[in-house]
Amino acid sequence: MYSSTVMDHFHSPRNVGDLPDADGVGNAGNPISGNTIALYLRIADGTVTDAKFRTFGCAASIAASSMVTEWVIGRTTEEAASIENHTIAVALGGLPPTKMHCSAMAADGVRTAIEDYRSRHGTVRKD
Amino acid sequence: MASIYLDHNATTPVRSEVFDVMEPFFKDRFGNASSIHRYGQDARAAVEEARARVAGLVNARPGEIYFTSGGTESDNLAIKGTAYARKAFGRHIITTNIEHSAVLNSCAFLEREGFEVTYLPVDEFGRVDPGQVEDALTDRTILVSIMHANNEIGTVQPVGEIGRIARLRGVCFHTDAVQSAGKLPVDVEAMGADLLSLSGHKIYGPKGVGAIYIRKGVEIEPTAHGGHHENDVRSGTENTVGIVGLGKAFELAAEERESEYRHLSGMRDALETRIRVEIEGVRVNGHPERRLPGTLNVSFPGAEGESLIMSLDIAGIAVSTGSACTSGAIEPSHVLLALGRDPRTALGSVRFSFGRDNSMEDVDCVMDRLPGIVAHLREVSAAQVPG
Repeated sequence: MYSSTVMDHFHSPRNVGDLPDADGVGNAGNPISGNTIALYLRIADGTVTDAKFRTFGCAASIAASSMVTEWVIGRTTEEAASIENHTIAVALGGLPPTKMHCSAMAADGVRTAIEDYRSRHGTVRKD
Repeated sequence: MASIYLDHNATTPVRSEVFDVMEPFFKDRFGNASSIHRYGQDARAAVEEARARVAGLVNARPGEIYFTSGGTESDNLAIKGTAYARKAFGRHIITTNIEHSAVLNSCAFLEREGFEVTYLPVDEFGRVDPGQVEDALTDRTILVSIMHANNEIGTVQPVGEIGRIARLRGVCFHTDAVQSAGKLPVDVEAMGADLLSLSGHKIYGPKGVGAIYIRKGVEIEPTAHGGHHENDVRSGTENTVGIVGLGKAFELAAEERESEYRHLSGMRDALETRIRVEIEGVRVNGHPERRLPGTLNVSFPGAEGESLIMSLDIAGIAVSTGSACTSGAIEPSHVLLALGRDPRTALGSVRFSFGRDNSMEDVDCVMDRLPGIVAHLREVSAAQVPG
């Protein structure tokens, strides 16, 4: 059902937790009846330097959350904001069609966190 | 690594005693039960012996038992077959909102065909109030279909009372006994059932075979038309291998039912007690007493069901969320929502279903792993738990 990369990230998720003084926080998913992610980013000089997550959800959504933290660290805010819905699915070695929304949720988390960062920093763009 | 199967409500292995009686019918005793020659007579005798055994188990006459491909086909036949046979008398059907999808989707199909369906609610334990059945009956009602025991939570319905109410009004009563047959007493007279669905693979028989009880005189429109097999109710060459296995499985289940009830409920109660004591914030779903002996459904708020199942699977423990038929879907279980659980609690639920080969050691093994798995998933989701 799942690739070995998905199983690895599900079984041993990276960067679980939160950043109390995060520069950007992204909440995505369906808080009423589905999977949800809270993604915390630390950003310095226009680059993501740290990322943590908390996710309620299925194995694919936990794996996607873990993978997205690894994917986003070291990227510029511009690069991060341009993440596509399938980016994390590709990085995970593919997801079943019924689980593609988990990849999209992780991407939404990144986009929302970058928006949050930009709104907090007004129009000042360090990148 | 451990290898513990706790998903017996999904399916069971074929018992060796059952396999042994089936084996000759694959090759040497291959006849078509409809053939006149000795090969056919041999198969016919085996089919009729199985029919008598199944009939005996549910207190029916052999002529009232028809073999099918399983519980889904029996449910379809009962519901659509009654609807089409009795539509001149009315187009109203009463069921509940916790039925198996074979019943719910047959009813949904009939709604598209112009029938009216009342879906009765259940209480927080999953029980239907027979008074609500009575209140829902109209002059146009042709069928009441309410399951004997629920596959996800194990709650047993007051089918005897419901059957009496339906009988007094001259309305057909169908009950899906796929999960209860072999585990609880199933008696079509005590239940007042006119139609009853049975399956082989839940009680250590083979997959792909089931049966339907149709009370003598109750008319059913067949859903498959063909060569007049099974008294024209269900055409298709009899699945002799499966039918022989089904008969043996029912015979053994009947013989062992009482001791098996104690065995299953003992393990289930031990696991339930330990989960309540050792894991915080859990909620057991289903009726505390009126429940299938081997079924335990628990919500672990803060941990999601598929993640729990995958983690338990990695640890060698096979369980499921709700029914296997819905685990491909993302929606929370319709049964747990009907009990009044919020969707996210419903999503965090696991069904443990014990079988004859399990032991108390399996309970210990589950409890060696489960608390850590729940704690880990709650840690991963920490900020995401409502309340």
